[in-house]
Amino acid sequence: MPFISNTPAQREQMLAEIGLSMDELFDDIPPHLKAGEFDLPRGLSEQETRNRLMELAQKNATHLTCFLGGGFYDHFIPAAVDAIVSRSEFYTAYTPYQPELSQGVLQAIYEFQSMICRLTEMEVANASLYDGGTALYEAMMMALRITGRNKVIVDDSVNPIYRVMIHSYTQNLKIELDQTHCQDGLANHDRILQMIDDKTAAVIVQNPNFFGCIDEFSDIADAAHDKGALLIVSTYPLSLGILKTPAAMGADIVTGEGQSLGIPMSFGGPYLGFMASAKRYVRKMPGRIVGETLDASARKAYVLTLQAREQHIRRDKATSNICSNEALCALTALVYLSLLGKEGLKETAQLCADKANYAYKRLTAIPGVVPHFRGKWFFNEFVLDLPCEAADVIAKLIEKRFAAGFPLGRYYDGMENSILISVTEKRTKQEIGMLAEALESVL
Amino acid sequence: MRLVFEKSVPGRRAVRTAPTDVPRISMRSDLLRQEPANLPELSELDVVRHFTELSRRNFGVDNNFYPLGSCTMKYNPKVAEHIASYPGFADLHPLLPQLRMGGMLTQGALRVLHEIDLLLCEITGMARFTTQPLAGAHGELTGMMIMAAYHREQGNKKTTVLIPDSAHGTNPASAAIAGYRVVSIPSSENGVMDVETIKQYLNDEVAGLMLTCPNTLGLFNPHVKDICDLIHGVDGLTYYDGANLNAIVGKARPGDFGFDIVHLNLHKTFATPHGGGGPGAGPVGVKKELVPFLPVSVVTKRDDGTYALQYDRPKSIGYIAPFYGNFGVVLKAYVYILMLGKEGLRRVAENAVLNANYVKEKLKGHYRIAFDRLCKHECVFTISERMAQNGIRAADIAKALIDKGFHPPTVYFPTIVTEAMMIEPTETESKETLDSFVEAMIEIAEQAENEPEKLKAAPTTTVVCRPNETAAAKNLNIACSIIESPAC
Repeated sequence: MPFISNTPAQREQMLAEIGLSMDELFDDIPPHLKAGEFDLPRGLSEQETRNRLMELAQKNATHLTCFLGGGFYDHFIPAAVDAIVSRSEFYTAYTPYQPELSQGVLQAIYEFQSMICRLTEMEVANASLYDGGTALYEAMMMALRITGRNKVIVDDSVNPIYRVMIHSYTQNLKIELDQTHCQDGLANHDRILQMIDDKTAAVIVQNPNFFGCIDEFSDIADAAHDKGALLIVSTYPLSLGILKTPAAMGADIVTGEGQSLGIPMSFGGPYLGFMASAKRYVRKMPGRIVGETLDASARKAYVLTLQAREQHIRRDKATSNICSNEALCALTALVYLSLLGKEGLKETAQLCADKANYAYKRLTAIPGVVPHFRGKWFFNEFVLDLPCEAADVIAKLIEKRFAAGFPLGRYYDGMENSILISVTEKRTKQEIGMLAEALESVL
Repeated sequence: MRLVFEKSVPGRRAVRTAPTDVPRISMRSDLLRQEPANLPELSELDVVRHFTELSRRNFGVDNNFYPLGSCTMKYNPKVAEHIASYPGFADLHPLLPQLRMGGMLTQGALRVLHEIDLLLCEITGMARFTTQPLAGAHGELTGMMIMAAYHREQGNKKTTVLIPDSAHGTNPASAAIAGYRVVSIPSSENGVMDVETIKQYLNDEVAGLMLTCPNTLGLFNPHVKDICDLIHGVDGLTYYDGANLNAIVGKARPGDFGFDIVHLNLHKTFATPHGGGGPGAGPVGVKKELVPFLPVSVVTKRDDGTYALQYDRPKSIGYIAPFYGNFGVVLKAYVYILMLGKEGLRRVAENAVLNANYVKEKLKGHYRIAFDRLCKHECVFTISERMAQNGIRAADIAKALIDKGFHPPTVYFPTIVTEAMMIEPTETESKETLDSFVEAMIEIAEQAENEPEKLKAAPTTTVVCRPNETAAAKNLNIACSIIESPAC
């Protein structure tokens, strides 16, 4: 049998030592609860399995030049990332409950937490959460715990997928969720400032926002803090290679999707949620946290810490129900950031912005193609209005081997002709030119 | 060992970006960060050496026996890793199916999702699965949200969820986060939930029950169906925590026991790697009447044999993950099920249970067994009276095992057993491995009874020994701050 070490003879020997038969080992399951014959196929050999799965993999489109983003990006991943993360001492381990055997993972998580702090300029970070959306939801719940209030304002320039996730999670809870409608490509600052009151727990915004536009939230932070509310900023970590940090804008909790940091797109996961905050809130934070300490011989050591917040100690009073996080993805991001380094991250972020700006100029030169938001700074994504339905144009461009962008009509009323185009450092001038020609030809 | 930041040398580089072929733009300076993020400056060799060294300070299933109870640390097949890296899977953008006709660009991936749904339904006796939950606890929360949505639709005003005191901590935490009040049910003297006891807790407030079967003591509750019937009798729903499905897979099905909602930990029963603490995957299966409440979206097979995502689901609890779950993990579990097949899956339970009972019988005379009866995939021991008199704790046994080359069992859980040591050998381990583990445990037991002071110093063979956890929480240092490295 695959992956089972004991031979039939060994099994017989073990059963004899126990003094039971294989059937008797399952005597505690009453006969009426035992299943009959299962309708499952026979097991496959490795060769058959690989052939079948290769056939399935080839039924997925990987021939498209990717200008599709929306929070999930086709960035370049250095080969050393996979080589390191594939070390089985990392990936076949579990949560580091025994610190003596887990200093590798523990130190890596401590370094990851430090890396997130350095990126965001926040004081503390946790060991990771599932993804950017659940991280944003957890940040909201954390703000409710900190403030003891139940009103939350979220602007609709936040990723719509994250907004619907938050909506799902709050169905059975007593939370007042107010949505503001973005204004000219940025969060609706005026409306948010009006709405913040002494019942507000938090304001949730995103930078760069879902349209790719770069926002600045210092005014919202000040207004929120005046009323005892918190500012939660969801961010795109790679953009922090050049963009002003959420901390510099006065954010209290920062979250984000770490997929851009060396993690493949993998059809939606596994990804990497991260969370950072001001140090004074660390005891209200969800998820694992690794701390530095000393061992019995005064050697530096790392351990899981502040565990009194967590479900295995506090049960129904825990800050979150999370147990497993995304440790291996956190390691991936850490290795990626270590390889890029200070200059590499800055250069990569700058390249994304440069290429997106070039694409913007090239595409808006096409007759009938106009920017949706004029005069707004953007990072690596922008919105264009087409003379016809965007979904239709995108479908035509797929035939020309481009994933040209995302049709915004899917999430925003009145934006049926708008397309969200994303450009990473992987795209070349030539590819951008070919996209422009293809787009012009289908309009 | 120094931190990655402490190895930084100004001006050193690993990855070079491709030369730019477009004009450089300069953005408004008030939108930019003042100082570059203070990341380390290292060569590729520096980075590779640093992390190789870290990996040597870590212990995985590939190193040696890892009998961490309730975590199911079985062998993770290499072929699954290989397949997950195929570009057709790894490079697939998750928004493609949301484009017009985009589903046709991801037929292979959608087929994987559809087929694992069917396979898991057959394995568990449920009607439909969602692969969206991103971990076991996330599956629990999803299940509780489905329970809440069902009761809302029925017009039921129900407020409480019953959970045995032996449950994983995630159970009460998930129920509480979904908005429920948790009522803890004490285990009976024989270690499982008692039918008469549960009757005392039944009333109209009960929305449902969360049960792990076999439970965290490794014990199968023969009255599980009667308990489910009782919960249904007060219009409650029953939730099966599938953390221990590996004990009965191919032998019995939670759907046949009367459970309405099931979550599975793919990183346990279905052999996907634990990754040092994730990523996991926690698919949730439901009975027919609960299918409309499953999260958006679900994969369907059309009459023409193609696969599509269905978004229009008015009764759904909505989106609980951005896309289709941890697809890369789901894919590895799919590979594992294909390779095992019907016969292989049955052998999982048989060998897991055989190995656990073998270890139980061999150690019985040396440690105190919490419940001396037939166990399933794991068994729980505690220290002997003599060890307790010597001041030995479960942690001392655990640390001594480390010096003998083994990962310790889970200690201090389940909390209903004092000084618990929870051993789960899994089906993939051989008799020789179990024998050498048993031998080590017996030597430690003898030391614990006769030379206890020696155990207190363990482990002596590791890079650190018994880090001070109290000091870690008190003098909190959880990030090497942004001050210039290498001073850190």
